[in-house]
Amino acid sequence: MTLTQQIITVVCMALAVMTTRFLPFALFQGRKTPKVIQYLGTVLPAAVFGLLVVYCLKNVDVTSGNHGLPELIAITATVLLHVWRRQMMLSIAGGTIIYMILVQTVFA
Amino acid sequence: MRAAFPYTIPIFAGYWFLGLTYGILMNVSGFSFVWPMVMAAVIYSGSVEFVAVKVLLSSFHPLQAFVMAFMIGARHLFYGITMLDRFKHKGWKKPLLIYFMSDETFSVNYTAKIPKDVDEGWFMLWITLLDFLYWLTGATLGGIFGNLITFSTKGLDFVMTAMFVVIFVEQWLKDSSHVSAILGIVLSVISLLLFGSDHFVIPAMMLMLLVLLTLRPRLAKAADKESDVMSDHRDSKTHLSERKEDQA
Repeated sequence: MTLTQQIITVVCMALAVMTTRFLPFALFQGRKTPKVIQYLGTVLPAAVFGLLVVYCLKNVDVTSGNHGLPELIAITATVLLHVWRRQMMLSIAGGTIIYMILVQTVFA
Repeated sequence: MRAAFPYTIPIFAGYWFLGLTYGILMNVSGFSFVWPMVMAAVIYSGSVEFVAVKVLLSSFHPLQAFVMAFMIGARHLFYGITMLDRFKHKGWKKPLLIYFMSDETFSVNYTAKIPKDVDEGWFMLWITLLDFLYWLTGATLGGIFGNLITFSTKGLDFVMTAMFVVIFVEQWLKDSSHVSAILGIVLSVISLLLFGSDHFVIPAMMLMLLVLLTLRPRLAKAADKESDVMSDHRDSKTHLSERKEDQA
């Protein structure tokens, strides 16, 4: 990407996020939220977060190299840590550190 | 401000950690500190900014970038819907409360018990601005000092994966039905296998919308229960604030 393309990309992403923030106030102020939106509001977040996990792992090659083992181990650790202590920052930091150690030593 | 500050201390720790990491990641990806600083200010959504690092390093797809940021940020739509009544009559503070709303700011403003002698608008505005300041300084400092780091940062980008895994688990533990979470993973993987890593996001999102809307008659029952609880909660809050206004 050129610098201009990068700037356009950032502007696009900023506009998108800003839209998500202001849209409800523009649309529904003083009105009742449509049922279909309420429904999507309850089911969509879980699916989108699932998509984002897959997005983060999109370049992991399970057929060669480390076969995605460091990712698998670190994600398992993150999930267990989170179910155990339910502290977001601890789980994120713990999982990341485990991953960094794995790719810098065992799987280097 | 004095009433608001204590609520923001845990957020300070979290935002500095994630903000610094984000700044460092941008730095080691070859961006000047101006990038994380400006992006922290104009996007101000950690998950979108982390994704943006990846997006900026791949090929130019402005529409995909927009749709992606919109879908990741989509949860703000529901924070907004939830806060419609709370942000009413906040005058000049209202656009600021909307612009700078984040996951953490929302959860504090939504749940905090605001002392009676403290103005609700000012309390929420202080929470909002303090949180933003933490994020902005964290990201900027990470961007400036990222190159001073002497240990190997290899694998640091996993912080984004870990973050989404944690959010996913958190959502999973909260939801009574896991159909949507499983669909999110399965449909994304199918789409990834079909369309390849550069083009799978938008088809995956279309698939998700399609399947979720098709399953609505089945899933809506559970969803209805949850949203009824939410709107009941909102109604009672509205009544409360109306009563307050009456008294005033």
